[in-house]
Amino acid sequence: MAEPPVSPDVLLERFGPHPAYTPPGGWQDESRNPAERLVQTHCCFCGQQCGIQLKVRGNRVIGFEPWEEFPFNRGMLCPKGVKRYMQGGHPDRLLDPLMRSSEGFQPVSWDQALDLTAKRLREVQEKYGKDSVAIYGGASLISEKSYLLGKFARVALGTRHIDYNGRLCMVSAGTAYKLAFGVDRSPLPWSDITKAQVVLIAGANVAECAPITTDYLWRCRDAGGKLIVVDPRMTPICRNADIYLPVRPGTDLALYMGLLHVVLRDGLERREFISAHTTGFEQVADSVRAWDPRTVAEKTGVPPESIEVAAHTFAKADRAIAMHARGIEHQSKGVENCLALINLCLATGNIGRAGAGCAMITGQGNGQGGREHGQKCDQLPGQRSINDPEARAHTAKVWGISPDDIPQAGYSAVEIMEAIHRGEIKALLSACFNPLVSLPDENFTREALGKLEFFGVVDFFMSETAHYADVVLAGSLQEEEEGIGCTTEGRVIHIRKAVDPPGNARGDSWIYCEIAKRLGKEKFFPYRSTREIYDELREASRGGHADYYGITYEKVDEHMGVFWPCPTLDHPGTPRLFEDGRSFHADGKHRFVVTEWRESGDPVSAEFPVYLTTGRVVSQYLSGTQTRRIGGLLDQYPNPRIEIHPRLAGQYGIQDGDWVTATSRRGEITLQAMVVKTIRPDTVFIPYHWPGGRSANRLTHRTLDPRSKIPEFKVSACQLRKADGPPDWAKPSLEKHALPRRGNA
Amino acid sequence: MHGYEFYVDPSRCIGCQSCVKACEECETHRGKSMINFDFIDRSRTTATAAYVCWHCDEPTCAMVCPADAIKKGEDGVVQSSLKPRCIGCANCVLACPFGIPKIFPALDQMMKCDMCYDRTSVGKRPMCATVCPSQALSYVRPDEIAGRREKPTNVFYFGKQKITTRVYMMTPAETDSVSLDVLDYVWENSHVTVSQSQ
Repeated sequence: MAEPPVSPDVLLERFGPHPAYTPPGGWQDESRNPAERLVQTHCCFCGQQCGIQLKVRGNRVIGFEPWEEFPFNRGMLCPKGVKRYMQGGHPDRLLDPLMRSSEGFQPVSWDQALDLTAKRLREVQEKYGKDSVAIYGGASLISEKSYLLGKFARVALGTRHIDYNGRLCMVSAGTAYKLAFGVDRSPLPWSDITKAQVVLIAGANVAECAPITTDYLWRCRDAGGKLIVVDPRMTPICRNADIYLPVRPGTDLALYMGLLHVVLRDGLERREFISAHTTGFEQVADSVRAWDPRTVAEKTGVPPESIEVAAHTFAKADRAIAMHARGIEHQSKGVENCLALINLCLATGNIGRAGAGCAMITGQGNGQGGREHGQKCDQLPGQRSINDPEARAHTAKVWGISPDDIPQAGYSAVEIMEAIHRGEIKALLSACFNPLVSLPDENFTREALGKLEFFGVVDFFMSETAHYADVVLAGSLQEEEEGIGCTTEGRVIHIRKAVDPPGNARGDSWIYCEIAKRLGKEKFFPYRSTREIYDELREASRGGHADYYGITYEKVDEHMGVFWPCPTLDHPGTPRLFEDGRSFHADGKHRFVVTEWRESGDPVSAEFPVYLTTGRVVSQYLSGTQTRRIGGLLDQYPNPRIEIHPRLAGQYGIQDGDWVTATSRRGEITLQAMVVKTIRPDTVFIPYHWPGGRSANRLTHRTLDPRSKIPEFKVSACQLRKADGPPDWAKPSLEKHALPRRGNA
Repeated sequence: MHGYEFYVDPSRCIGCQSCVKACEECETHRGKSMINFDFIDRSRTTATAAYVCWHCDEPTCAMVCPADAIKKGEDGVVQSSLKPRCIGCANCVLACPFGIPKIFPALDQMMKCDMCYDRTSVGKRPMCATVCPSQALSYVRPDEIAGRREKPTNVFYFGKQKITTRVYMMTPAETDSVSLDVLDYVWENSHVTVSQSQ
C-alpha cells in the first residue's frame, strides 16, 4: 500500500509519540494510592531482564517497587526500568484495532480487522504462492509468543519467511557459539564475572546498554580483578579500566588475532587443555602467525605496547572472561570477531570453569529466549536446525503435521525487506518490530514498505513503520500476558501478568490464534492460555539443545529462574555450561575456528573519509517506539547528536552544538555536534533510536555477515560538513505535536 | 539507621540518571527529583556525579534559615523545609556548600533530599541507592564498604569551614592521574603517550 494514508504530521498528532511525564492521573492522583498488588516480574526492556515489582491498582500499573530479592539485579534498575511502568496508561496506547482509510486510520471491530487480515493474506498467497507472505517477529516478545509466531508462519501460513528483529542483535554471537561450542548461549552465569581475575569487554557499552552489568564489573575489580575495555569510544566504564584499547571501527578481528598471536608467540597457551578438549588449534595458530603487534597496530590504531600488555594480562590470569556485544557483532565479519575472541578463550583454557569463559551480552529483552523456539528463519523450537530431518520430525509430531509440511529455511530480516523491495514478497505481518527505524538504509526500507500489497502490524503503539500498514492490530504490553523469557545469562524467568490489555486491545497470542482460525487452521491453535502454549513449547524443545522440558512456571518462581538446558522436572538447570569439559558437539570437543581478515562492506575513501558507528544511549531502547513516549527518558537525550573528537571537528570548523550534515553513500542527516575527546579522531558516533531526518540508519548500509546475516551497523563511511542551520526536523513547527507538559506540582 | 550508611562514589557513576528518575517516585515529593546530577565536563570526559544531600552534622542550611524552617532529626537526617514556616527566601540554597537545597517557586518552598524518610525510617533503603546499577550511590553496612578499593570519608573543608556529614564520600585509594583523551591511547605510527602498566 504505497504511502501512509495521510501526512506524517496528522499521524503524529493522533498517535504520537507524545511524551508522557506523569503516571495515569498525575503524580498526586491515582498513583498516590497504595497498591492493591505488587506483581513480581521483570523489566520489559533489555536482555538483562531485571527483576522489578509493578504496583497495580484496579487494572492499572501505577508505579514500581524495587525487587531486592531477585538475585540478578538485587533491586537495581536503569532509568528505563524505573520509568517502564508509564506505558500502560499512556495516551498514545492503541486501544482498538485500526484499518487504513482516506482520513488516516479508523477504529474497527476485531472481526473486521481480523477478517480483512486473513482474507488479504490468503488472497496474496493464492495469487503469488505461499512464500509471498512473510512474518516479522520481535525479540521483546515472551517466548510463548515467539514460539507461536514460528508455528503460525509454518503451520497457519505455510511460508518459509519468518524472521525477527533479533537478527539485528544476537545472531553473530549465536552463530559463532554454535560453530565453536554447538550451542547458542552465554556459557556462564553473571555471578562468574565477580570471580574472574581479568574481564575483557569487547565492543560493549556496558554502562549504557547493560547498566546492571556494571555492578558485576565493579565487584570484580573490588576483588582485585582487572578490566580491559576495547571500544572506539571511551564509554563510562573506561574510566575504571586498567587497559583501554581504542580500536578503529571494523578492525576488531585484527586485534583479537593479534592478542592470540602474542599469547602463542610467548608460549602462554594452555597446551593440556587444548589437547584434551579442543580441535582445530594448529590451523588457528597458523592463521594468527602474520598478526604481530606492529601489523595489528597499523590496522586497528591500538598501540603495539597495549596489545602486548593486554595479551599478557589476559593469558596469565587463571580465570579470565571475554564479554562482547554489538560492537564486534554488528559487522560484516561479526561471526569471525566472536570466533576470534572464543579462540583466545580456548587457547588460554578459559571455558567451563567458575570465573572463566566468554559471554555475549544480549541486547533485547527476550533476545535469548526469543531466538530459541522457532522465530528464526532457520530454526525450530529448542534451538533445532530446520534443515535437520530429525528436528523436523520431532517438531512435526508435536505440531500434528507431516514433516514435509514444514517449510524449509527462509530469508533473514534484512533479506525479507530486500525481497519485498524487488517484489518477491508481497505481504507482511509484523509484530513488535519497527524496521523503518531499526533496519539499515532507511530510504531503502521506506521504498520497500511502499511496495507491499498487504501490510498488517501487531503492536501496542503506532510505530513509524505502522504508518504504512493496512491494518494495525492493537496488541499487548509485556505485563499484559503471562509467560516466560530467557535472560542474557540463560536464566529462564517468569513474566507475570499484571493487568489485562486496556480498552479493546488484546493479547498478541489471541490475535495470532484468531487469524489462524480464519485461515482454517484452528485445530492447530487451540490454546486458551499462554500456559497451554508454554506446555507445548516445553514438549517441542524437549531433547533439543535449548531444552525447557523440565522448566515450569512454578519451578521458575521457586528458584528465581532456572538455567537451561533443563531436560527433566527434577533437573536443577545448568547455570554454567561445559563443566564436564565437553561441548555440545557430537565429539564433545570445543572447536577452534579459523578467522580470515576482510574489509568492511562500506570502506572509507577519499570521498567518505570518516568512520561512522552507531549505537544506543542509556535512556532510549531500540527503535524508541516505547521510550520516545516517556517524557523523563526523552528529556535525558531528546535528539540524536553526532559525537566527534575536537581534532576532527577542527578540520571542518565545527564547534559543540553546531549543525553538522553527515552524508554516506546512501543518504544524509543533519544533527547537532557533540564535540568530545571520548571518541577516536577518525570516527563519529550517532545513536539510532530516532526516525526520519534524525535516523542514523539513513546512513548505514545493508552489507550482511555472510553467515549470521547481521547488518554492519557499526562500520560505515561518511563525510561531514558544517550545515547552514537547523534541518526541517528541528524547526519549531513540529513541536506543536507535543502534549503540554503536565505540571510538576 | 538499621545499621546502614549512605556512600557516594562518583568514580563509579555511569551517568545513567536512574537515581534522578527514581527519586521522582518518592512519596514525600512525588514528581520532583531531589538528586543533584552533573556531567563534570562532557567535552573532556564521561565522568558524571550524582549526589544526595550529605546531611551535615551541623547543617549550614539550617543555620542560615531566618524562619527556622529546616530541622535535623535525631537520626541525623536533615529534612525539607517545614512548609508552614518556609518563606522561600533561598538563603539555604545560597549557603549550602554542596549546592543541595532546591527552591520550588510554585510551592514557595525549599525541598531537598530527606534520604527517603518514608523508606529509611522503616528499614527500607532509599530509592536512589536501591536502583543505582553502578554502586555510585550505596546504602549498605560499613563492613560491606570496607571491601572496596576506595575509602570513605565524611570530613569536608570549604575554606575555613569544616563540615562533617552523615553521608560518606568514597575517595580514590590511588591518586595516579589518568588521561581521558582517546588520542592519548591511539596508535598513529608514533609512540603512545600514556603507558598502560600490566
